[in-house]
Amino acid sequence: MPTITIDPVTRIEGHSKITLQLDDHGDVQEARFHVTQVRGFEKLCEGRPFTEMPALMARICGICPTSHLLASSKACDDIMAVRIPETAEKLRRIMNLAQIIQSHALSFFYLSSPDFLLGMDSDPAERNILGVIAKHPEMARDGIRLRQFGQRVLETLGGKRVHPGWIVPGGVSHPLQADQRDLILSELPEAIQITRRALRWFKGQIESFRAEVRSFANFPSMFLAMANDHNEFSAYNGWLRFIDTNLNIVADHITGTDYQNYIGESCNDDSYLKSTYYKPLGLHDGMYRVGPLARLNMCQSAGTPQADEELAEFRELERHSVLSSFYYHYARLIEILFSIERMETLLNDSEILGKNVRAHASPNNFEGVGILEAPRGTLIHHYRIDQNGLIESANMVIATGHNNLAINHGVLQVARQFVRGKKLEQGMLNRVEAVVRTFDPCLSCSTHAAGAMPLDIQLLGADGEIIDRLRR
Amino acid sequence: MNNTAIEICTLIIENHECGGRADQTILEVAEENGIFIPTLCRLSGLSNIGACRMCLVEVKGMNKLMPACVTKVQEGMVVTVNNERLAEHRRLALEMLFSERNHICSVCVTNGHCDLQFLAQKLGVNHITMPYIHPLMPVDASHPRFLADHNRCILCTRCVRVCQEVEGAHTWDIMGRGTKARVITDLNRPWGESESCTGCGKCVQVCPTGALSEKGQAAGEMLKRRTFLPYLSMMREVGK
Repeated sequence: MPTITIDPVTRIEGHSKITLQLDDHGDVQEARFHVTQVRGFEKLCEGRPFTEMPALMARICGICPTSHLLASSKACDDIMAVRIPETAEKLRRIMNLAQIIQSHALSFFYLSSPDFLLGMDSDPAERNILGVIAKHPEMARDGIRLRQFGQRVLETLGGKRVHPGWIVPGGVSHPLQADQRDLILSELPEAIQITRRALRWFKGQIESFRAEVRSFANFPSMFLAMANDHNEFSAYNGWLRFIDTNLNIVADHITGTDYQNYIGESCNDDSYLKSTYYKPLGLHDGMYRVGPLARLNMCQSAGTPQADEELAEFRELERHSVLSSFYYHYARLIEILFSIERMETLLNDSEILGKNVRAHASPNNFEGVGILEAPRGTLIHHYRIDQNGLIESANMVIATGHNNLAINHGVLQVARQFVRGKKLEQGMLNRVEAVVRTFDPCLSCSTHAAGAMPLDIQLLGADGEIIDRLRR
Repeated sequence: MNNTAIEICTLIIENHECGGRADQTILEVAEENGIFIPTLCRLSGLSNIGACRMCLVEVKGMNKLMPACVTKVQEGMVVTVNNERLAEHRRLALEMLFSERNHICSVCVTNGHCDLQFLAQKLGVNHITMPYIHPLMPVDASHPRFLADHNRCILCTRCVRVCQEVEGAHTWDIMGRGTKARVITDLNRPWGESESCTGCGKCVQVCPTGALSEKGQAAGEMLKRRTFLPYLSMMREVGK
């Protein structure tokens, strides 16, 4: 059976390949998305003091270190059994919003806009951010500027753009200064303008991507995201909720103590990335999606004026939940708008310059779970410590793992739609990669299991018959 | 005051004519004259042991390199502090410290305030050219207030010396040899179960790296406070 291999998949974060199996007529039978790198942070943190976790876990990724920093700190708060000061919580939320802005800007402008601006079928040598700079300099400048804004907020608060510190177990390490606040506030209007411009442009383009909207991981699935009492958009505080295609609640009020009753993890023998699934339905039927699309499907309002207008328009796309993963890009732009607006509200809060920003405590619980909405979706850090506060075990459920089943499903859908094995064209294969890009997977973030990889050895006879089989 | 006559020597350190008492070391005289000699295991107020080999200098007429912290000055000595041979020796010694254990600055509690890190930056050690050993080292978190992370220990024995010479408890010592050597509390019991430890924390404050730290500190938060040491040294002199 002929196999097409796309290796490496380009313009995503991390290393992976895609294999497409064709039948004798050249039609796609099977498609698999393989993650080819392993990181192993779950293993290498064992035996370390729990207070070291935020800084250590931030090193998982250079693009979303703040997300791991925050989820890890929340898990440590849980181990210490403290409620962090309100000002600290607000400051952490600003960091999270800045992280969402810079990561979404990277995904949309740097990684995916070459497909929209230069065309899915354009020359692959130019289909990248440099090609965008050459042909659409104003768009490239907007993207770079917007990401710079997000990074500058992280640098202003956390001291560094990549791997900032500042967020620590119990809160943040020092209060915000008035001049730092004013600096960020002065840059907000331009960031809003850029985002509105990009939204206007993208909405005008959707019509020309009808085929992609129809086939880019466009199928019924459940969605998982953070929810709260007001059904407002939430990325820091709240509980987890599963909804179905018709926006009905499937499971609600899921917290750190019981997430493992709902979220199952399964190892794959052809990929380092685990697949997560909704446990009550099992691996086969339990596919769900996380991330911007899930979050916008989940919430009833954004809670900020401009984002609310955009959200209402977004919801008009479908009667129930928006199902095409192509709209992840659209959702990302709306989330950027929301993040900038919410950041402004938080910075203008009277308590934001408060001096009480850290709770101190020894470990009081042997287990702690931190849940956060990272740019790519729900992120869970779960630690268990010994009586001296050293990490005994860690489990991390990363956004890209939640989406793994949907990514595989989407790759198959797109491949069947566009790939004809008898006559291969670059544009066909680019669409297969582009559906992966809609999820903005971060593979460097997501492969940490060690020692539990399944093993399946088959001893085959000359006629292909299985003589013996060893499984672990 | 004792009545012994003070013998004064004149010598040349790094082309500077210097004068010092015969009971002073090259390092002390160099420092009095504003000449920088890198040090790591040495800490003013504790005895000198010449273990880290950072302060190696060339003395004219001698083939081997001398550790400035334990070599007494002599009349007419000519000392070279900086040349390519010495720089290479110091870099090599530092590289061996880094390759021997697991020094990961980015997540360390003393990141930005570490003597080892400072020296590596100062002496231009930006790559480790020899293979890392990556030993599996334990973290002793049994003490209620302090942590001992052997991954970050460079065996300078500042903790051993301060505990014995200043606190008088002698809780810390060294066990094993070569790359297997380790600082231990009591007779290799967990720190939290040590009967001799007074919990004074002096060892934590004099430790040059993040090997000994206070619990509850996040990366880069462990600032070492060593002002007690000159004060106690001064009081000891007064008491003599």
